[in-house]
Amino acid sequence: MLRFLVRRLLQAIPTLLILSILVFAWLRSLPGGPAAALLGDKATPEKIANLNHVLGLDQPVVIQYFKFLGRALTGDFGASLVSTQPVMSEIGTFLPATIELGISAMIVAVLIGIPAGYISARYHGGAADNVIIVLTLIGVAVPVFFLGYMMQDLLAGPLGLPSQGRQAAGLDATAITNFAVLDGIMTSEWDAVWDAIRHLILPAFALATIPLAVITRITRASVLEVLNEDFIRTAHSKGLTEPVVRRRHVLRNGLLPVVTTIGLQTGALLGGAVLTERVFNFRGLGFLLAEGIERRDYPRLQALLLFGALVYVLVNMLVDVSYGIIDPRVRVR
Amino acid sequence: MQQLRLTRTRRVALIGLAGALAVSLSACAESKREEGAGGGSGGTMIFGAAGNPKLFDPIFNDEGETFRITRQIFDTLIQNKPGTADLEPSLAEKWEPANDGKTWTFSLKQGVKFSDGTPFDATAVCFNFDRWYNMKGAAAQSQMIYYADVFGGFAKNESDDYSDPVYKSCEAKDPATAVVNLNKAKGAFPAAFTLPSFAMQSPTALKQYKSDEVTQSGDSFTYSEYANKHPVGTGPFKFDSWDQGKGEIALSKNDTSPTQTAKLDKLIFKVIPDENARKQALKAGDIQGYDYPAPADYGLLRNEGEQVLVRPPFNVLYMGINQSGPAGEKLKDVKVRQALAYGINREQFVKSKLPEGAEVATEFVPKTISGYTDEVTKYPYNPEKAKQLLQEAGATNLTLKFYYPTEVTRPYMPNPADVFTSMSEDLKAIGIKIEPVAKPWNGGYKDDVQKFGHQDLHLLGWTGDYNDAGNFVGTFFGRKKPEFGFDNPQLFQALSAADASPAGDAHAKAYQEVNKQIMDYLPAIPISYGPPAIVVGPKVKGLVASPLTDERFNTVTVN
Repeated sequence: MLRFLVRRLLQAIPTLLILSILVFAWLRSLPGGPAAALLGDKATPEKIANLNHVLGLDQPVVIQYFKFLGRALTGDFGASLVSTQPVMSEIGTFLPATIELGISAMIVAVLIGIPAGYISARYHGGAADNVIIVLTLIGVAVPVFFLGYMMQDLLAGPLGLPSQGRQAAGLDATAITNFAVLDGIMTSEWDAVWDAIRHLILPAFALATIPLAVITRITRASVLEVLNEDFIRTAHSKGLTEPVVRRRHVLRNGLLPVVTTIGLQTGALLGGAVLTERVFNFRGLGFLLAEGIERRDYPRLQALLLFGALVYVLVNMLVDVSYGIIDPRVRVR
Repeated sequence: MQQLRLTRTRRVALIGLAGALAVSLSACAESKREEGAGGGSGGTMIFGAAGNPKLFDPIFNDEGETFRITRQIFDTLIQNKPGTADLEPSLAEKWEPANDGKTWTFSLKQGVKFSDGTPFDATAVCFNFDRWYNMKGAAAQSQMIYYADVFGGFAKNESDDYSDPVYKSCEAKDPATAVVNLNKAKGAFPAAFTLPSFAMQSPTALKQYKSDEVTQSGDSFTYSEYANKHPVGTGPFKFDSWDQGKGEIALSKNDTSPTQTAKLDKLIFKVIPDENARKQALKAGDIQGYDYPAPADYGLLRNEGEQVLVRPPFNVLYMGINQSGPAGEKLKDVKVRQALAYGINREQFVKSKLPEGAEVATEFVPKTISGYTDEVTKYPYNPEKAKQLLQEAGATNLTLKFYYPTEVTRPYMPNPADVFTSMSEDLKAIGIKIEPVAKPWNGGYKDDVQKFGHQDLHLLGWTGDYNDAGNFVGTFFGRKKPEFGFDNPQLFQALSAADASPAGDAHAKAYQEVNKQIMDYLPAIPISYGPPAIVVGPKVKGLVASPLTDERFNTVTVN
């Protein structure tokens, strides 16, 4: 197992290196640059040239890259040009928000998706099934930002929910881990917990739509398959009551592929989070990324994109490792 | 499957464990809430900001979101009268230039203290001026945009782009009198002393938190602890905190402020980059105001009881003409440039496409600026005359490359594509062929038109920084530039003479003459003055919209 892990980690190194080159080259190929964005309205060609010189952006890209690599290897990703704060500390500050939002969205998707998929399968071909199928289609098709704006306009008011932000402005909440809900629990500031949950509801639902639709459909398909299995008929015939059959045999077996899907969708959530965070002014990594792109914030974008890639590599590795645990043949190969 | 099933006892045990965990978590962290915080009765205002501040040391800043905050913390020697671009006393009760304009004597308000207790006096003033002038390091100097613009250069210039320093020295004659000596007179003064970059900062705090340490590492800058956490001024509010995660900057009332006492206890700036999100937040009552509402929303916001305050215009939108572009030979003929001016219907454009308060521009400075004059040559819409002028110039078969920006809105140009469409339709109507070129603002547009001069015509504008005509026309036409591609030594000379003319009536008069000259030469066509607005909730009182976006919150109440 250890050898397997080490090998996988070593394999990740060239992946990240190639990615860092691509990210670096891509950013510098974008028209405009940080100097123009920093200087804004008053930017003159001379001022831009001077700033580019001071920042070293007038050097050949290859030299810039190796300087960047040298610093990155020591953990120095520089400071954001927008906020002037060190990029790594920015990631530390904003990551909890994204995790919190992602987990909430996943909870929404699972809590609604699995029962909905199950109901859809059980009443296969009926009205409930058709309605659920149509709703999941809409869920996949509607862009997150559009849904977000709709929710803000139509739901926030009537439901009395905040339409943006992570916390009520001016709320005196103690920050310890930067996970707003957790911090509130830890400090027994229950109003802050409630406030954080209220702020999570709309963005979590908006972000949940796609995984929700996918989980519903997978559950439905998988449960349908299980319902036709022999052991279900056997269970019925040995006299088990309907609820027991459903709980012990149908759901348990039907949920296996769903668990895999949940894992895969967690990665996809990162992409949706960028838009959701922007629309709801929910200050997480996606929010940082959007702001960084607008302002051509090279240091921040380099660090964020590489961080995202690293997370993907690690998640993939975890998936592989879990396969290895489930299926020893993978390890042998 | 079987192993996964939990027995009832195990379930109970798990719930118990979770409970115990929660309790132990609560025990390990303590709430840092202040009991009975606040205490005052002035209340809290939360204002929606469109972007992050960069830092809080205004000398290293040149953008509006940061200035909005530093304006509440710091005072300048002279300030703009609320709602206007006129000057009024602030930390200096009086200011007087010597006859040659090379010396400025400031009589300071007495008994003033910075919020850290440091006395504000002539020594503090000189400390600030000397600090700017002696700033070391290419990184620090490159971020002193306004200083370099106004004062030209430093004690030791780190880049060839800076010129000889305008500043010479400062003497504290007595605690209440500071004398600033310059190497040459400059028309930007005294108005430029109102620039928020030139606010007075506490010498004690500047020294203690090593304010001048601007370091450049890789392709970024980092600033001192002073700039991030400890800005200290004499203003009506003092800095409390900047919570990056929440995007909130908290200020509280500065009880020691002698200049303007704040009515609010707390003033919070909440960063909400998305315009729609700001609108939603205002509707929901999460914030009590925000800047730059979209002109299309004015009516809607007012219907909901919000107050949309339109600022007096302090900007200009122009259509640039490049005399060295593809059709430069033709555009060198003043008759062709006049034809373009007569050919576009600016009245109609302003009425149909720009927000309320916008006006047709007759010259390159807005009306509120000293140096504006009504006696310039005007070019009212007259397509027949335009055609005739083109004929006389032998330019009936003219094709022009017309550049306009995308992915941008500016206070003077809410929708560049709209401006382009209006202008180009009018020009087509007088027989000019238009080749449109659209480029992203920060994706080649500014380079193409300002650095390379690829265009014949282009759209651009300017928002003023202080009440001096030179800040407008000097910036545009003060020297030969690829943007306009003309070489007119007579005009350059006139602008430089106007800039050096002593403050007061003579100064205004000099610029009036220059403005007449410009509108005869017509190096570009002024289109409109377009005011941006600021919006506040129904209960907010006392906020005065400023042409310079110099809104100060000390007079504001929220109850």
